[in-house]
Amino acid sequence: MAKSARPRAANPRSSAPKPAAVAASVPDVSAALSSPVEDDATFALRSLQQAHANNKRYDASDAELLKFYEQMVLIRRFEEKAGQLYGLGLIGGFCHLYIGQEAVAVGLQSALNEGHDSVITGYRDHGHMLAYGIDPKVIMAELTGRGAGISRGKGGSMHMFSTEHKFYGGHGIVGAQVSLGAGLAFAHKYREDGGVCMAYFGDGAANQGQVYETFNMAALWKLPIVFVVENNGYAMGTAVKRGSAETHFYRRGTAFRIPGMPVNGMDVLEVRQAAEVALEYVRGGNGPVLMELNTYRYRGHSMSDPAKYRSREEVQEMRDKHDPIEGAKQELLKRGVSEDAIKDIDKKIRQQVAQAADFAESSPEPDMAELYTDVLVETY
Amino acid sequence: MTKMMYRDAVLSTIMEEMARDPDVVVLGEDVVGGMGTAGGPEAIGGIWSTSTGLYDRFGPGRVIDTPISESAIVGAAAGLALSGKRPVAELMFADFIGVCLDQLWNQIAKFRYMFGGKSRCPAVIRMAYGAGFNAAAQHSQSVHQILTGMPGLKVVMPATPADVKGLLRTAIRDDDPVIFLEHKALYATSGDVPDDPDFMIPFGHARLCRAGGDVTIVSTGLLLGMCEAAADRLAAEGIGCDVIDLRTTSPLDEETILDSVEVTGRLVVVDEAPPRCGLAADLRALVAEKAFSSLKAPPLQVTPPHTPIPFARELESAYLPSVDKIEDAVRRVLAWR
Ligand SMILES: Cc1ncc(C[n+]2csc(CCOP(=O)(O)OP(=O)(O)O)c2C)c(N)n1
Ligand SMILES: [Mg+2]
Repeated sequence: MAKSARPRAANPRSSAPKPAAVAASVPDVSAALSSPVEDDATFALRSLQQAHANNKRYDASDAELLKFYEQMVLIRRFEEKAGQLYGLGLIGGFCHLYIGQEAVAVGLQSALNEGHDSVITGYRDHGHMLAYGIDPKVIMAELTGRGAGISRGKGGSMHMFSTEHKFYGGHGIVGAQVSLGAGLAFAHKYREDGGVCMAYFGDGAANQGQVYETFNMAALWKLPIVFVVENNGYAMGTAVKRGSAETHFYRRGTAFRIPGMPVNGMDVLEVRQAAEVALEYVRGGNGPVLMELNTYRYRGHSMSDPAKYRSREEVQEMRDKHDPIEGAKQELLKRGVSEDAIKDIDKKIRQQVAQAADFAESSPEPDMAELYTDVLVETY
Repeated sequence: MTKMMYRDAVLSTIMEEMARDPDVVVLGEDVVGGMGTAGGPEAIGGIWSTSTGLYDRFGPGRVIDTPISESAIVGAAAGLALSGKRPVAELMFADFIGVCLDQLWNQIAKFRYMFGGKSRCPAVIRMAYGAGFNAAAQHSQSVHQILTGMPGLKVVMPATPADVKGLLRTAIRDDDPVIFLEHKALYATSGDVPDDPDFMIPFGHARLCRAGGDVTIVSTGLLLGMCEAAADRLAAEGIGCDVIDLRTTSPLDEETILDSVEVTGRLVVVDEAPPRCGLAADLRALVAEKAFSSLKAPPLQVTPPHTPIPFARELESAYLPSVDKIEDAVRRVLAWR
């Protein structure tokens, strides 16, 4: 085995000697056959993890932290309202709430250039849109299936898209968005616009084959993409350890020479700092990074899931001890930001969400002719 | 006879066949059902409750929760089947065949022929299909059109609990690969089911749901209920409909359709899949070729339009076939000339 093909620094066990019998009888041809790859010194498999470990939390100004808090509260209240409207029968179909995971989208996307860097995700997509500044009204109106919805009522909760914001969906087939993300990243590279793609997927989605096809291509072509596994512990009713042989998802890029980073996804400042490290690497033209954001969804998988596969205590423990919004609030108070300033934000968000709900309830149903439009760019 | 729900007919048939034949194994996403950190193994029993209790009875060796990896689920089921097991794999939503189409189309469907009759692949691939739940374009589709077009697969679409029982048992005991399509809107419907532990319905035998003599209506699954409702309305005016449930789209019972059309001279095919190159087009071509001289009107089809499935309630109901649309089509074939 060629020494240069092995990340010695990254994997201390790689220098273990081969069994003598094998080494003696089999000529080592791998060096001759494998293409030359960078030597160990440039192979940054663990360097990002290290860099993040050395400096875990983002040094946010009070204004920045207030903004993070506001965005997280917006997502939480929006999702709570969506849950209520679902309960009232105003929203139908599948509706997957992001409650508990707010710090992930907010921490990561606050480090992106909104409208320049691309974002793509699965069906649990409301939070990523809100964190990217998309108007809550048109999102809520899509949930209620109205003509004013962001997809004109044709897509619903799982299928939303905004070219202006470079938010590329909103995808219902688990794992599909990861390959799509590679294409988005490729386009940034072609255009040389300095943009990156952030492609989100779940711990369950991480077991789809196309994820690994994409990892290989992205590393091979040094695409500017950040792969984000939102590890919330469950894929529907399947706990991570029951569906995954390697439950440390950040390690899953190793075979493709993609550096990984485990991140506490319940602390917005830790998330943001990790994003800084990852983005510096990706924007530097070094290829992809794989981030694992450890987080938790408080609600069931979708509105129809009673979540009986986990204990109430488990959920309560996360809510009580790790809530990202409460954490940010305590941090703000500790810094001396006034309780009133925080309450003002809460009030403002409540109004904003109430307005979005009013809009979503009162705007008209799609025109029947919409059934036949938008099948193609052209009509036939 | 025992009265039971469609979903319980699925579950009890799998349960009985697993008890009868140790080679029958079940695999799929969440089929055990949420064996997480609490709640015990049967917290869910599959999202359709079609595998509740299987794990408790047959254990982890025979009831397997898989990762979200449809290609490998179907591929592994095929491998198990090639070597003599009888896997019953679940794909949750029929739409997900997109992820594993190669295993279904290039592998499973072709083994027997390519290998000159040497292989046998007794796999059952179950999946839930159908719209009506505002589940939008990627979780609502009817996929029988795609799978029926593939030589080498059998495709089953039961409409009643009794047919689930008889057809699923046949599917599990069958030596060929069988696609078993369950309509989501039927899971909670009830009906009488024969108690005979060997009750089986052979493939390729359609069911004549009612005989009327004026118009032939052919359909499958959920839509038969609408066909019957339309036929009831028309019967009040003295118009008699033959309503035929295909039960299996592959093999196809041509005889029952042709026999009926030879009497009625009029055909309406009702299908939930898109209109182009599908079941309805196929059956209309069949009668045009084989019952041409009996036809009194052009055969019609009632299908959704050639568009993806919309989310909004009003759009989705406009998209789907309905009793009104079927009634209208029957009146149109009758009014011809
Ligand atoms: C190809 C495909 N297989 C299965 C599903 C059904 N499904 C939807 S979400 C989901 C669980 C995904 O879990 P994870 O990736 O962890 O994301 P989370 O829901 O936790 O955000 C499954 C199995 C699907 N939509 N698409
Ligand atoms: Mg998950």
